[in-house]
Amino acid sequence: MLKKNNIVKFKEMLIERLLLCCSLLSVFTTAAIIYVLLSESIGFFKEVRIIDFLTDTQWTPMFTNKHFGILPLLCGTLVTTLIAIGVAVPAGLISAIYLSEYATDKMRHIIKPLLEILAAVPTVVYGYFALLFVTPLLKQFIPGLSGFNALSAGLVMGIMIIPLVSSLSEDAMHAVPMGLREGAYALGSRKIQVAFKIVFPAALSGITAAVILAVSRAIGETMIVAIAAGQQPKFTMNPLVPIETITAYIVQISLGDTPHGTLEYQTIFVCGMTLFVLTFVLNVISFKLKRRFQEIYE
Amino acid sequence: MEQEIIIQIKDADSFYGPKQILKNVTLDFQAKTVTALMGPSGCGKSTLIRCLNRMNDLIPRFRFEGKVLYKGIDLYAKDVDITDLRREIGMVFQKPNPFPKSIYENVAYGVRIQGITNREFIDGIVEESLKRAALWEEVKDRLHEPALSLSGGQQQRICIARALAVKPHVILFDEPCSALDPIATAKIEELITELKKNYTIIVVTHNTAQAARVSDFTAFLYLGDLVEFGPTAKIFTVPQDKRTEEYLTGKFG
Repeated sequence: MLKKNNIVKFKEMLIERLLLCCSLLSVFTTAAIIYVLLSESIGFFKEVRIIDFLTDTQWTPMFTNKHFGILPLLCGTLVTTLIAIGVAVPAGLISAIYLSEYATDKMRHIIKPLLEILAAVPTVVYGYFALLFVTPLLKQFIPGLSGFNALSAGLVMGIMIIPLVSSLSEDAMHAVPMGLREGAYALGSRKIQVAFKIVFPAALSGITAAVILAVSRAIGETMIVAIAAGQQPKFTMNPLVPIETITAYIVQISLGDTPHGTLEYQTIFVCGMTLFVLTFVLNVISFKLKRRFQEIYE
Repeated sequence: MEQEIIIQIKDADSFYGPKQILKNVTLDFQAKTVTALMGPSGCGKSTLIRCLNRMNDLIPRFRFEGKVLYKGIDLYAKDVDITDLRREIGMVFQKPNPFPKSIYENVAYGVRIQGITNREFIDGIVEESLKRAALWEEVKDRLHEPALSLSGGQQQRICIARALAVKPHVILFDEPCSALDPIATAKIEELITELKKNYTIIVVTHNTAQAARVSDFTAFLYLGDLVEFGPTAKIFTVPQDKRTEEYLTGKFG
């Protein structure tokens, strides 16, 4: 009576294995990606010195006079990311403070999903929005603006990641215990003082984690910059001229007819590796900060 | 004992949504005494104490009807500045809730938010408040360490010091010892007795022994009604109402 039915036992085992396989799938994929990136990058660095890769200020793998300096692409990524963060962080934090501290439940239930719709718009739509709407609009105020430029791509990318910042920061602020707010109100705080002097600092590590995730999202964003920022690797911080980001370069080469196994082909992986290292480091920092935040209140 | 009434509650009804919490409560508090609000869980004692500094305003769907007069001023009148009110009537909560800041910053917070920046002035207030909360000797060498590194009892005394720093006249204690061990509880009770020389104290407690130890007056609440109110000695020795007697003898609660 009390003995387990063998068929049930087998079924349970089967289900367990199946679930395990599903979860291992993403682990394997990550490992495979790292393997490919590494092996192709090693091939690349056999021909190009790392020091040249890191310090050369020209990126011209397709020209006869080849240069393989990552700096121009890094500059492009940096400029668009900075502009995006300059838009997303203030706007995201202000809406998070509003949603967490000021909005009534009803308002929060209306506004939060609306904000999250922003994240559901395909990035290609944002790309053309930047190219065909924002750039012409900006041209009316900035006559020197090129058709392709880092500015409008960065601005639109910033709008796209507002929900990421606001949603995660709102979660962090919402997790601040009500007791702290009550303590502050009981001492004669006004609402804005509670929001900025108590809740915001108490949620700071969670908010920082949100901002870092937003930065790594901006670094990795491809479609918007490929469409609206141009394809000219330039060692410049000027946001008004065409540039090229690391991601946009990968798109450009992948779409071309670069022969398999050549040095040009390997640049794709070296760029991928650079991106991977950047976002990985940022994600680790963000993860650590989040952990610290959870330790305080649990 | 002088007979100065500092707070009067008149015909207080309060509701959470459709549910009535307080039913027509009328109660006076004498200055510089300790009044205990005693009763079983859900009797409305916490709601009542939170009406006195309008802490319930933070709760959506909460409604208050009636009057609370503080030195003759109606606290629920439209032109009352709620932040000024809360500086006059301070509060210490059930669970110690120091801010995740240093000991010093916790005590200085209430002064700083008034726009005061004079360093020496704030130093003075911090020291004085910590002394009054009987904590100065324990923390004077570690003022810039996080308040959350202190023990529960010390955290509660930080919260008391924090409340004292804004110079209130009345201090509300909402079950201040329910999260503390007996030794820490004894310290807080001793402190309450000491503080009544200068402040009016109102303590919520479900612990009858605590009410007997610390208070001069006791109000017994049951299911939103104020059942009985009078000098503590009288309530505990000759309760007039059967429900009070049953609560005191441990028949419920």
